[in-house]
Amino acid sequence: MDRPAHELAAVGLTLGYPGRRVVEGLDVTIPPGRVTAIVGANACGKSTLLRGLARLLRPAAGSVHLDGRPIHTLRGKELARLLGVLPQDPTAPDGITVLDLVRRGRSPHQSWWRQWSAEDERAVTGALAATGLLDDARRGIDELSGGQRQRAWIAMALAQDTGVLLLDEPTNHLDLAHQIEILDLVVDLNRAQGRTVVLVLHDLNHAARYAHHVIAMLDGRVVAAGPPGEVITRQLVEDVFGLACVVVDDPVSGGPHVVPYGRHHSVLVAH
Amino acid sequence: MSPPAQASTVVPGVVVSVPGTRASWLVRVRSVLVCLLLSAAVAGAFALDVAVGELDLPLSDVAAALVTGGDDVTALVVHDLRLPRALVGLLVGAAFGVSGAIFQSLTRNPLASPDVIGVSAGAGTAATAGLLIGAGSGLGLQTVALVGGLGSALLIYLLAWNGGTTGFRIVLVGIGVAALCGSVTTYLLLKAGVYQAQQALMWLTGSLNARGWEHVGPLVVGLAVLAPAVVVLAPWLRGLQLGDAPAQALGYPVQLARIALLAVAAALVSVGTAAAGPVAFVALVSPQIAVRLVGTPGPALVSSGLVGSAVVLFGDVLAREALPGTELPVGVVTGALGAPVLLWLLSRANRSGVGG
Repeated sequence: MDRPAHELAAVGLTLGYPGRRVVEGLDVTIPPGRVTAIVGANACGKSTLLRGLARLLRPAAGSVHLDGRPIHTLRGKELARLLGVLPQDPTAPDGITVLDLVRRGRSPHQSWWRQWSAEDERAVTGALAATGLLDDARRGIDELSGGQRQRAWIAMALAQDTGVLLLDEPTNHLDLAHQIEILDLVVDLNRAQGRTVVLVLHDLNHAARYAHHVIAMLDGRVVAAGPPGEVITRQLVEDVFGLACVVVDDPVSGGPHVVPYGRHHSVLVAH
Repeated sequence: MSPPAQASTVVPGVVVSVPGTRASWLVRVRSVLVCLLLSAAVAGAFALDVAVGELDLPLSDVAAALVTGGDDVTALVVHDLRLPRALVGLLVGAAFGVSGAIFQSLTRNPLASPDVIGVSAGAGTAATAGLLIGAGSGLGLQTVALVGGLGSALLIYLLAWNGGTTGFRIVLVGIGVAALCGSVTTYLLLKAGVYQAQQALMWLTGSLNARGWEHVGPLVVGLAVLAPAVVVLAPWLRGLQLGDAPAQALGYPVQLARIALLAVAAALVSVGTAAAGPVAFVALVSPQIAVRLVGTPGPALVSSGLVGSAVVLFGDVLAREALPGTELPVGVVTGALGAPVLLWLLSRANRSGVGG
């Protein structure tokens, strides 16, 4: 079942923390119904931008619009029914089970006198099934592997049942197999219901393979935005990461694949 | 889409709904059973607290005194001495248990009970000062303690505020405020006369001795105001338990929820402390025991309150019976009683690899 694709866009967005501006005057459009990856070097403002898009940060100037409405005018729960966000490195309460965690994702749909409904049950079961955690529902979060734990948090955001899903470095601290597992799951979520997904990713090659749209940031500015094939070039990697590289065709997906030189390994290819 | 029959095997519990409305709740069977058992334990402790003492009364006489009046001596002992004392114990224990559960969930820190982060200490300093300037032991002292507890909670919140605040900051600032209040209290005790100092120390340990209806009244009024607030605010607590960013992502008004819950929890512990002094350890240990009995990480407010009542009432029975001829303050016993229970629960949790 496809949901109406939601338009998320930032206009003149300025974000920061007390005494420090991280992002200044950004205009960003997130293509609806697609997977967007935000990439850039450490401290370039990519997580800050995501937090701003999710209203976890109050903009110092400018605004974020969801379907044309400024998100700061929406009520907390109203926004949480439209837009889900998984912050970076969340920590679960001690002793919580997968099921308890995922159930809490339903809170934007609940009220004091309506704390559980058949719809809640469906959404929770669906989120557990989509993340492959049905059999682990009764296990404690602290018993799980890093990859399972991350899936449990994603399941919580899924239970929220929103058309837009923002994930801040969802592959952080995971080994390669689990990184791919999470990214494949992201594609499933996007394809199955036409969800708009925005990811902050460290790995350019993951962004190249899994995103339809890549936003590259440098020092709080957007330096390039577009399909990975256009954005991820040798020049961009040099500009954004200060890293010399070659960009080859990914032998598996056919998209761009970044191979850095480093100082010790430029044997086969001349600069 | 999964059929409902399969779905109900995933989510444990029974859905309770009000016919004809959209109201519905999910009730966990284990939580209900634990609360029923705890209620029975509290009832038993209450009866025991009324029955035992210098004059041991059979439970039948207690019941008779409550229902029909009984003979004069029994009626006097039950109505004027033991019943208010037990009621103070029951209510104070519940207030401390619930307050501790709120503080610990809100700060996401099992050590963050009001006795650790300075709310009880503030009440203690104020009460000591009150005793020294002669506020007596009745309503005056209760008011002073109440103001002291609320005042230190406000101080903690203001000092922790930095364009917003976090649970962690509240704990750190609170420990600082506790140390400050402790110093002031010690100074006041050193300045005080021997009799006043002894009175103050007795109060600071937490005691149900000589508690009468004049203590029950304010306690009942305070809790009647605060209990509905707890019920209304409880869902916010479940959000704050997830941490600030995830709670905000789910649409919880994080800063508002935190200040509202902090105010209610501080008021609960202040009202309780005003009546019985800062009975040691109850607020810290009760939620931890409750969470392990109920088996959910949820705030477990009802069971925490029941455990608190049980700990204080059993503690009081023990405090009066332990040494013949002396009535120990209940605070001496709750510490000695609560610590082993918590240590036992923790050691069990470590061995089986769950909880902790």
